[in-house]
Amino acid sequence: MTARACQPAAWSYWVVLPACILLWAVIAATLQTPLLPSPGEVIVALRSEATNGQLWFHLAATLARVTVAFVLAMAIGTAIGLAMGRSTRTNALFDPLLVVLLNLPALVTIILMYVWFGLVEVAAVLAVVVNKVPNVAVTVREGARSLDPKLESMATVYRFTRWQRFREVWLPQLFPYLMAATRGGLALIWKIVLVVELLGRSSGVGFKLHLAFQVFDVATILAYSLAFIAIVQLIELALLQPLERRATRWRQPETAHA
Amino acid sequence: MLELRIEGRSFGLPVLGEIFTTICQGDRICLLGPSGIGKTTLLNAIAGLDGAMPDAAVPGRNKMRVGYLFQEHRLLPWRTLRQNLAIVGAGDADIERLLASVGLAGYADHLPDQLSLGMARRAALARCLAIQPDLLLLDEPFASLDPVRATELKQLILDLLGRYPTMAMICVTHDARDADELANRLWYMDGRPACLQWDARVESRGAVEGVVEKLRNPGQMV
Repeated sequence: MTARACQPAAWSYWVVLPACILLWAVIAATLQTPLLPSPGEVIVALRSEATNGQLWFHLAATLARVTVAFVLAMAIGTAIGLAMGRSTRTNALFDPLLVVLLNLPALVTIILMYVWFGLVEVAAVLAVVVNKVPNVAVTVREGARSLDPKLESMATVYRFTRWQRFREVWLPQLFPYLMAATRGGLALIWKIVLVVELLGRSSGVGFKLHLAFQVFDVATILAYSLAFIAIVQLIELALLQPLERRATRWRQPETAHA
Repeated sequence: MLELRIEGRSFGLPVLGEIFTTICQGDRICLLGPSGIGKTTLLNAIAGLDGAMPDAAVPGRNKMRVGYLFQEHRLLPWRTLRQNLAIVGAGDADIERLLASVGLAGYADHLPDQLSLGMARRAALARCLAIQPDLLLLDEPFASLDPVRATELKQLILDLLGRYPTMAMICVTHDARDADELANRLWYMDGRPACLQWDARVESRGAVEGVVEKLRNPGQMV
């Protein structure tokens, strides 16, 4: 099925989401409790956080951690996944470790990293990377196993260099798997970074949520959540989708044969 | 020029037996034999796809260059013809010239999947020539082409062989008439494990068909 067929029509967003906000407003107005602020109050909180600079500072801190953790996890996970997919021996070596790491709760890694390395930035990023690498490796391994052997032998006959083989033969075939790892990866990394920040950092959205939680400031919690969702969507629309369109352009032409 | 010594290949079952022969510059070998006997396996072994390259001594080069036209085009589907040729080392001017020489002038910026089967095969042939091969391997180049296209491609290959007289060729085919037109040397493979049961120069046109007929029906050979 194509992405287009999976994607619901654009109007559904313009109906369902406003309906939810309306419902939220009605419930908030009926209950009249500070534990469920109205949409208006959340907007006010968002604006005040934006104008005093807190929102941008903490979003930037979180984004920086996400970026570093993401790049590291993708690079390490891709290397391990490729090695596992190409060699049965490497697979035998890493597979038991993957099983353990995949089932290890994220919270455990975070606590262990903080205990072992202290409440420092390196521990925070490392905790996220350790959580994410197994997922990337498993996905990329599938991709590496499905590499076309016919193109492999072509690359051997024409003496492709290692880099040419990676860039020209493997990467385009791995692309859908890397994209899946990226999508799943970003969603997971965002969430883990927030927990990491909540537990042991003094900046970032997670830290801010922690503060707001202590004083039951639900409006601020919701305000940061909204800002967060907006950023994630922005990355999807501005970065991932154009990248995907560019890289899969060669698939499109079901045009008339020349 | 090329000392070919293959110790035998087996994939569970023995496929190739011991093969020992010499290929010279300008040899145009057609390789015939029953289906599934191991003709492609032999080409792969010669191309060095299953391990070591066979020993080869090419004047002025330290390594023999092999151009291999696979049964499928095996061009990178995400790269245009221009990029596909550039990857194997063809320069800009060469690319235009090579594509023109296989009748694909003006198609440099097409993707392989935008071409018909016959065109893609000719593009792959251009890639073979781009590396200036000492040895050209053709694995059933005329298969699944309609007769007109097959004849065109055969003529094209003949032209190219004329243009590069030192290049050797090994062409797998089922058709004795193809062999008759292309070959100046004939290999016939049979047996299990398969060996070259026949390795002979072809002296004149029209001789091949009779030879192949006899090889296929050894009972009639007297």
